[in-house]
Amino acid sequence: MAYSDKVIDHYEHPRNVGALDKDDGAVGTGLVGAPACGDVMKLQIKVSAEGIIEDAKFKTFGCGSAIASSSLVTEWVKGKTLDEAAAIKNTDIAQELALPPVKIHCSVLAEDAIKAAIADYKKKSGKDEAAE
Amino acid sequence: MSRAVYLDYNAGAPVRPEVAAAMAEVLRMAGNPSSVHAWGRAARQKLEQARAQVAALVDADPAGVVFTSGGTEANALALAGCGRVHRLVSAVEHPSILDAGAAATLPVDRLGRVDLVALDTMLAGQAGATLVSVMLANNETGVIQPISEVSRVCRAHGALLHCDAAQAGGRIPVSIRHLNADFLTLSAHKLGGPAGVGALVLADADFVLAPILLGGGQERRRRAGTENLIGIVGFGTVAQSAGGDLSDTNTISALRGLRDRLEGRALARVPRAVLIAAEAERLPNTVCLALPGVAAQTQVMALDLAGVMVSAGAACSSGKVAESRVLAAMGLEPDLRGSAIRVSLGWDTRPEDIESFLDAWVDLARRKGFGISEAA
Amino acid sequence: MTAIGAKPCPTLARRPGTPVYLDYQATTPCDPRVVEAMLPWFTEKFGNPHSRNHAYGWEAEEAVEKAREQVAAIIGADAKEVIFTSGATESNNLALKGVAHFYKDKRNHIVTVVTEHKCVLDTCRHLEQEGFTVTYLPVKSDGLVDLAELEAAITDQTVIVSVMAVNNEIGVIQPIAEIGALCRKKGAFFHTDCAQAVGKIPLDVNAMNIDLMSISGHKIYGPKGVGALYVRRRPRVRLVPLITGGGQERGMRSGTLSTPLCVGIGEACALAQAEMASEAERLKSLRDRLLGGLKQRLPEIYVNGDLDHRVPGNLNISFAFVEGEGLMMGVKELAVSSGSACTSASLEPSYVLRALGLDAEMAHTSLRFGLGRFTTEEDITFAIDHIVEAVEHLRSMSPLWDMHLEGVDIKSIQWAEH
Repeated sequence: MAYSDKVIDHYEHPRNVGALDKDDGAVGTGLVGAPACGDVMKLQIKVSAEGIIEDAKFKTFGCGSAIASSSLVTEWVKGKTLDEAAAIKNTDIAQELALPPVKIHCSVLAEDAIKAAIADYKKKSGKDEAAE
Repeated sequence: MSRAVYLDYNAGAPVRPEVAAAMAEVLRMAGNPSSVHAWGRAARQKLEQARAQVAALVDADPAGVVFTSGGTEANALALAGCGRVHRLVSAVEHPSILDAGAAATLPVDRLGRVDLVALDTMLAGQAGATLVSVMLANNETGVIQPISEVSRVCRAHGALLHCDAAQAGGRIPVSIRHLNADFLTLSAHKLGGPAGVGALVLADADFVLAPILLGGGQERRRRAGTENLIGIVGFGTVAQSAGGDLSDTNTISALRGLRDRLEGRALARVPRAVLIAAEAERLPNTVCLALPGVAAQTQVMALDLAGVMVSAGAACSSGKVAESRVLAAMGLEPDLRGSAIRVSLGWDTRPEDIESFLDAWVDLARRKGFGISEAA
Repeated sequence: MTAIGAKPCPTLARRPGTPVYLDYQATTPCDPRVVEAMLPWFTEKFGNPHSRNHAYGWEAEEAVEKAREQVAAIIGADAKEVIFTSGATESNNLALKGVAHFYKDKRNHIVTVVTEHKCVLDTCRHLEQEGFTVTYLPVKSDGLVDLAELEAAITDQTVIVSVMAVNNEIGVIQPIAEIGALCRKKGAFFHTDCAQAVGKIPLDVNAMNIDLMSISGHKIYGPKGVGALYVRRRPRVRLVPLITGGGQERGMRSGTLSTPLCVGIGEACALAQAEMASEAERLKSLRDRLLGGLKQRLPEIYVNGDLDHRVPGNLNISFAFVEGEGLMMGVKELAVSSGSACTSASLEPSYVLRALGLDAEMAHTSLRFGLGRFTTEEDITFAIDHIVEAVEHLRSMSPLWDMHLEGVDIKSIQWAEH
């Protein structure tokens, strides 16, 4: 399968690889996927007092498309509000990276990772609406 | 050394130089088309290019082209894979169709053309459950069947139509859409491609074909097995060359001119000789010529001794010498059907080959006691 | 160290932008000597080998018969027992369907193994739909069949037992002679898919009691699109053909043969036979070097399948915490496979590795390295460096590697399977 140039670029030069302190109250961590399925994504966001995502880091176990999808979303979420970040759709990711149909699940996983990280942050900071 | 005169193109044509060159290049390529790495992708690209070339030759969707190990396998795949219980095949089909068993036989007329009325009657019995198989052009006589009309009858009864175009593909313009056939068999080595590669072309690329060869998911799950890349690239190349020839009126009329000269001179010099199916629409490269009363095999051997290669009937029967079933099905008298040879021309046939044939053949006829007209 | 050097191969010459080829189980390039033998048949020599009427035909037939003898020689068979096919897939289909259909009124049971090539398994599944009963034997964690289990599985209804000699993914060698003896004792035909075995290990159809054997051209430095099926004559094995019409190949396989392809597989067999012993030794030393080099520099890597009962040109390694497809992209200077080439479009982990009892997560982290006739020491040195670099890079990006370093047992985590 031929990967798109954008996938190759993110794979070879991944943006924002690393970790944030998961015990920091301003950090939300999303861990999605499963080793048995061949993809695990860990996405972390650091949210400012104003509710803006000021930093994002990822680590991913998966194919090139999974790595590229997570790398891309760390770029996209930075500077966004939580609501804006939550509005990122897997189809946007798939389109940006020109993912083939068999790799769409990577973009779904990346979307899930954002949502999971936001949910974790809200839970920790007491802003989890569902928990009210 | 004088040039060997090869006039047996319907058995297999010499490989065209551009085909040999294309194959030699691929022969040195590594890579399995199913592998995802660079070597594999390069092989896949060659494979898909050839598929497009073959599809273009018969005006088909590349996705409908299933590469096989030859026309015989393509025929077997159509019969076994189409999902129809009943089969109705013409009496002049290739043995891979005729001998596949469990089929009703559709008669042909004296010119070797299928009987459309009989087709209509026979189909009326088992509407919808039948596969009809009628070849586009016959390997022994070159007679072209009225496939569009056959198709019309098939459609009226809901039957599927398979058309063996192994001899016709690349020799006359073929469009699977205009023929309105469901499946088309093609073979590479009749055109100057390699032996051991062919294709079954599906008019509907999404038709669910039950494969004969199970295993890997190659050929969109219709034919498992690592692809014969060398052969397939050769096939693609020859399809392109033959397609080019067909659109070049000079090439086609030159070939037809050679054929007409051969037929005209043969009949003029040996007035008792018979040109089989002379009045039928035929391939521009095939001559079926009888010296009544002289065993075809005797003629073939005599011509071979004179350095001219032709054949008696089909070459597929592993060297068995049998009376032509095709000519018998046409209702030709025994002395005629046992005495016809097939002379078939192709891309490398030259005027001097025709003269060499005529010299040897007229000489043979003279020795067998035929009157020879020396005039003109 | 370089007592036996690799043969030069223009196809695989290292050029900028051309990866090092380490995928010899997927396919092998044609040996230049095979190419030389085939080339004349594309050009100055032609003709339908079944046209007996003229000189070209005779010459072609002679060449095909010589090739048949070359194929027969490498497996200790008689040339009359070898039929040519379009490849090992066809040979496997023909052997199983052909025998099952011919003897269907007498026996209706088939025994095979879960790690067989897909074409054997798919054919068996198809025969099940037709009403045959199929026993799919498991393998031990080393990839080998348990002979006692096999013996117990063969009944008086068993028509054919099909066990591959060498596995395409993990390279393990099954105890073919023992299996042959068992089958003979029990009166079942023994078919073995030797696509990956011919030319790599000594094979003898008589000593090993093999009744049918599938052979591939392109796995032994011959061309793609040609294979052979050995069919024993004494005691005679009969089969119903898949492709009829024309009656070529003793009626078992109709269709015009490709003379150059037959010549190619014949020449490939002759070369493999002559060079098998020295080549095996050379490849084993290269493989040991590859494995040693990786083990020395990378922790948490595991060889899949038995290392002793294995062809020398194969290594299948799980690189824990690194996903195989991502790794393949990382080692882009190498042409390797993750799982089998035939099924690599699917996202499922290899069924062969799963059959060894490997967890799905470990199966996902595997790469197959196939070494062959044109692999050089430089290739191996380059491969080691390149793999180590890629694995370290990907592990630095892997959340699972972090957990491993932190001492977290990945199995203890509740993963949300998606």
